[in-house]
Amino acid sequence: MQALGLDVLFKGKNFLRLLGGLGVALKISLISVALSIPLGILLGILMTRKNRVLRAILRLYLETLRIMPQMVLLFLVFFGTTRALGWDLDGETASVIVFTLWGTAEMSDLVRGALISIPKHQFESAEALGLTKAQMHLYIILPQAVRRLVPLSINLITRMIKTTSLVLMIGVVEVIKVAQQIIEANRMVSPNGAFGMYLTVFLLYFISCFPISLLAGKLEKSFRE
Amino acid sequence: MEKNTVLSLRGLVKQFDNVTILDGIDLDIRQGEVAVIIGPSGCGKSTLLRCINALEPVQGGEILLEGEPVAAGGKNLPRIRQKIGMVFQSYDLFPHLTVMDNITLSPRKVQKRSREDAEQEARELLARVGLSDKEKSYPRELSGGQKQRVAIVRMLIMHPEILLFDEVTAALDPEMVREVLDVMLDLAAQGRTMLIVTHEMNFARAVADRVIFMDEGRIVEEGAPDDLFDHPKTERAGAFLNMFTFESVRA
Repeated sequence: MQALGLDVLFKGKNFLRLLGGLGVALKISLISVALSIPLGILLGILMTRKNRVLRAILRLYLETLRIMPQMVLLFLVFFGTTRALGWDLDGETASVIVFTLWGTAEMSDLVRGALISIPKHQFESAEALGLTKAQMHLYIILPQAVRRLVPLSINLITRMIKTTSLVLMIGVVEVIKVAQQIIEANRMVSPNGAFGMYLTVFLLYFISCFPISLLAGKLEKSFRE
Repeated sequence: MEKNTVLSLRGLVKQFDNVTILDGIDLDIRQGEVAVIIGPSGCGKSTLLRCINALEPVQGGEILLEGEPVAAGGKNLPRIRQKIGMVFQSYDLFPHLTVMDNITLSPRKVQKRSREDAEQEARELLARVGLSDKEKSYPRELSGGQKQRVAIVRMLIMHPEILLFDEVTAALDPEMVREVLDVMLDLAAQGRTMLIVTHEMNFARAVADRVIFMDEGRIVEEGAPDDLFDHPKTERAGAFLNMFTFESVRA
């Protein structure tokens, strides 16, 4: 235990602190996911519209958000807005904004892909039955798109959870930051603490994401039946 | 326009990228009439049906359903479309819904009928097309002919004023064609107003009150089935109909 540096974990409230850090990471990612999914669905539907101007704007948004590293986005929103706009955002809010912007962009592209994979005739027969556009999307197109979307969007959710590890760069005390603090505080008594703590962080991320992956596989299978 | 005219087309023009598909179509369909459109591939007959339902925007002319204009993008379009039933070549059932839900979705959501009411009528209609035992099935569990009969029921439950059939047997295996055509013959016998595009010449002859021959985006000839099939007045109709008859090779 000493050699692996796991002893540090059980000193004082260290493990609880780590869980608290994980809670912060999960809170940021889950709020962002909860916002990104509906917004992404909306933008994805808009991206399939014929309006070229609208499509160009959404495309630009998607590509910008995708090309820019998330860390640059975090710096831009956290530090940039303070200087340029005088906003005093706290780190968690800035993180939620960044992850929502990014998640919405990625989600909208997944939705667009799922929608255009639905045969044109499905739209036409829905229209021919007198369904309004909104009813057509709600009852015919989206339920089919969702079945195609679920595995892809769950993959996105796990990516978002993992990428929250970057928010420590703007001073948010999440699980990795807590681990670093514990390692620093125990540098003298447990020089191997780094291994044990990062191993624990790894396991915590695994425990958070693996069930989601399992769920994706299960849902995919049940939709196919 | 005569009083009992259901559908009226006036000078309908349809172009795709400057290629004229429909070149001034005038057509009136009376209440209870069964009109069959025949013609070579690419003559515009399927496009004509799609225009009537505003699935394709038109570049000229007008479409009147019971005197009301049908136009793509119109505000009343979903309401008018309820009066126009359409069945497609590729069935286009909704794969994520059971047969029952495929049929009852539009009466419930569009016409706001109760589930009980819609399901009761769906069962009656399914019985009529011989599919009572399939209401809980999903479309993927059905044969092509069964799917097409469900698609017909899904259209009928909306009580449309006119039924459009766009080559509904063209994608079916030969042994399934009959079961679908029988359903259509039954509908014709009930006095429904129908506009049918088909390549089944024997069926056209049996079901039609009027046969319309189209070529190159125009109505070239129309008339009673016996006249048009046996004594076509135009050379083009004659040449087209000839393709469906075989002379014996033995002298």
